[in-house]
Amino acid sequence: MKIFSFVTKDTNIDFLKPRKLTYTMSFLLVIASFALMFLKGFNYGIDFSGGVLIEIKSEQKINIEEIRQKLSAVDLDELKLQSIGEAGDELLIRAQADNANEESQRLAIVKIKEILGNGYEYRRVESVGPQVGDELKRAGVISSVIAILAICAYVWFRFEWQFALGALLGLFHDIIITVGCLSLFDFDISLTTVAAILTLAGYSINDTVVNYDRIRENLRKYKKMSQYDLINKSINDIFSRTILTGLTTLCAAVALFAFGGDALRSFSFVILFGVIIGTYSSIYISCVFLNVFDLRKTQENRERLENANPFGNA
Amino acid sequence: MYKLSKERVLIILGICLVGVFLAVPNIMPKSVKLPSWWQPVSLGLDLQGGSNLLLEVNMDEVIRERMGMLDDAVRQTLREHHILYQKSSAGANSVTVKIDNPNTRTQAIGYFKKLEDGLDVSVNDNGLVEIKYSEAALNMLTKKVVDQSIEIVRRRIDELGTKEPVIQSQGSDRIVVQLPGIQNPEEVKTLLGKTAKMSFHLVDSRTTPQDARRGKISNTSRVLNSVEGGQLVIQRRAVVGGENLTDAGVSFQDGRPVVTFKFNTIGGRKFGEVTKNNVGQRLAIVLDNEIISAPNIQSAILGGSGVITGSFSSEEANNLAMLLRSGALPAPLTILEERTVGAGLGADSIKDGVFASIIGLIAVVLFMIAAYGLFGLFTTITVFVNLILMLGIMSFIGTTLTLPGIAGIILTIGMAVDANVLIFERMREEVKAGRSPRDAADMGFTEAWATIVDSNLTTLVAAAVLFWFGTGPVRGFAVTLSIGIATSMFTSVTVTRLIITYWLNRFKPTKLPI
Repeated sequence: MKIFSFVTKDTNIDFLKPRKLTYTMSFLLVIASFALMFLKGFNYGIDFSGGVLIEIKSEQKINIEEIRQKLSAVDLDELKLQSIGEAGDELLIRAQADNANEESQRLAIVKIKEILGNGYEYRRVESVGPQVGDELKRAGVISSVIAILAICAYVWFRFEWQFALGALLGLFHDIIITVGCLSLFDFDISLTTVAAILTLAGYSINDTVVNYDRIRENLRKYKKMSQYDLINKSINDIFSRTILTGLTTLCAAVALFAFGGDALRSFSFVILFGVIIGTYSSIYISCVFLNVFDLRKTQENRERLENANPFGNA
Repeated sequence: MYKLSKERVLIILGICLVGVFLAVPNIMPKSVKLPSWWQPVSLGLDLQGGSNLLLEVNMDEVIRERMGMLDDAVRQTLREHHILYQKSSAGANSVTVKIDNPNTRTQAIGYFKKLEDGLDVSVNDNGLVEIKYSEAALNMLTKKVVDQSIEIVRRRIDELGTKEPVIQSQGSDRIVVQLPGIQNPEEVKTLLGKTAKMSFHLVDSRTTPQDARRGKISNTSRVLNSVEGGQLVIQRRAVVGGENLTDAGVSFQDGRPVVTFKFNTIGGRKFGEVTKNNVGQRLAIVLDNEIISAPNIQSAILGGSGVITGSFSSEEANNLAMLLRSGALPAPLTILEERTVGAGLGADSIKDGVFASIIGLIAVVLFMIAAYGLFGLFTTITVFVNLILMLGIMSFIGTTLTLPGIAGIILTIGMAVDANVLIFERMREEVKAGRSPRDAADMGFTEAWATIVDSNLTTLVAAAVLFWFGTGPVRGFAVTLSIGIATSMFTSVTVTRLIITYWLNRFKPTKLPI
């Protein structure tokens, strides 16, 4: 019955040993991601870039070239046609209206619909003005930064500042590398992508906190153990949980990626990728990084403070 | 000792039953009528199809108009009090006037402050007086204009007969309009794009448009385009304004559609007076700075009602009557954003989402059984209870389920088992430390609790930020995720505990199967 019992076994892996290698790897990945972000840039969806988007479906296969020809009569910038679905009967039309204001976008939609006629099912029509696009871009960045800071503040409150710093590094690492991948594979960046990135931050920190919880507990339990061994032991203690939860979440994410439809493609990619990188970073970045500090000393200080408190732990 | 009190068992079972009860409407056929608090979960526009519009109230226009009026008031005040001034002009958000004499200037400033509430009056070194609205007055004005606009937008949309529209303000000067089921919002957009400010002006018959273009025009007149082609010179001052209209409709004259209208008492009296004194003259009907018709006044119109004959189709006549009935917008609206989803795509999204959820669910369940055997089976029950509770709560509090929200549910399935994994792993450790099955099970729950709370609360922090900053579908996702976190904490701890307690008491195992 228990096919996966090999997972629920005690492990004794030295996670800290390859830290030079993992640090270098992560560092290079982060650098590469930054390079991609600044050199290659993103494929912004209309949420952020502004513009119009029309998704049409036809009874038969759509001839993209024919439609491109027809639409050349409309004053449009950056007309992009993309076939979606396997049958080839669905088409995504994306464009920037010529002088990028709301009114010309409205007219562009009317014109496109007029040219294409009633032979198609208009599955989606979206138009985002340039002003809203810029605002959403700003809101996306601000909300991500605030989410990260809020999460770290919570970790600081529950643990020590070293842990908060470790969590911050891990989150930064995950988000930057994921965003780098979004750039590399030309995924559409939309509001839902930002939501996915924050969800990934939530998952990654969840994993980190479970590890931290065990480190804190073991710090109290094993007063004599060296810090190096202690961090290793803590990660090993819950390694089976890390793998199991990672795999179940991955199951869900794969289902979403494979069957969730096109609208959720970049969302589920971020989650899928995020589960893997988040699991990696909780161990190899957030936890291993703690070895830089003398956690014992901080803990002793805190305990001394707590004992000095006349009200005890009340 | 590993025991649960009767009360606690009842409470846990009670909560689960309430959840099931609240979730039931989701599987009932649509034809069944249910009370308003017992409804299936409401679907977002991206799932049921419909149109979402984001409008901006163009306050600049309103303020400019106000400044024009203020400028007039300033000149009049100065004239009344015989104060010498050099020039007064209205800008985009202020009126400036130059008064050289410092004594009369101080006097004038006193008068200016009394013109209207909330005016800030300042003077620079050159004796230039600047009058503008204070921050507070501007905010109040914006709020008033937005509220009025929402009212007018609602009336216009109601006239179209849209089902269950949602119209609400967003931020300081935005309005969100959600129209479920609308696939083609062109008509709505056209209607909302018109301010529909109507007024009646006498035509200035002494000036021709040609004269006007050459500058031979008195400053009480102005030139306007006519929809029938050409231009006309009309008096600036309106005889009667559209705010005095009480009703409008369509009827037919000589087989052609005309718009009929009715004034209130004040409007009717004014209209009657003017038409009586100006028989033979032309009266221009101006809509949004365009003359739609300029008939000759045949005789005094005393009944307080009239007709607009113009060259419109019956659809145009209907629209005009509708716009007049619902009143003028206090400010022009710009459509900043439009998102329309067809019913077909919405249905497909639901289908894909449900399919992905089922596959994800099966995968997670199989995985848990493979990893934990019997306890994995217990987890399966927990996951199902969690899903039902989520659905029940979402239906009850009226959360809107969006496409990202469905993704949130699928993720919750994966993440919800985390708490169980934490508990089971802890039990395994306790067994290894030599505890009896009962003690180990008990310790597993108590020891894992702090970790579960910590890890879930951090995710909740991320969800909260998403909620504050997100709009529409993203917000729906944040709510779904938060509800999922809450219910999964409940089910994976209490429901699992209930099952395991029952199992321990019933079978008295000597070994935990983990």
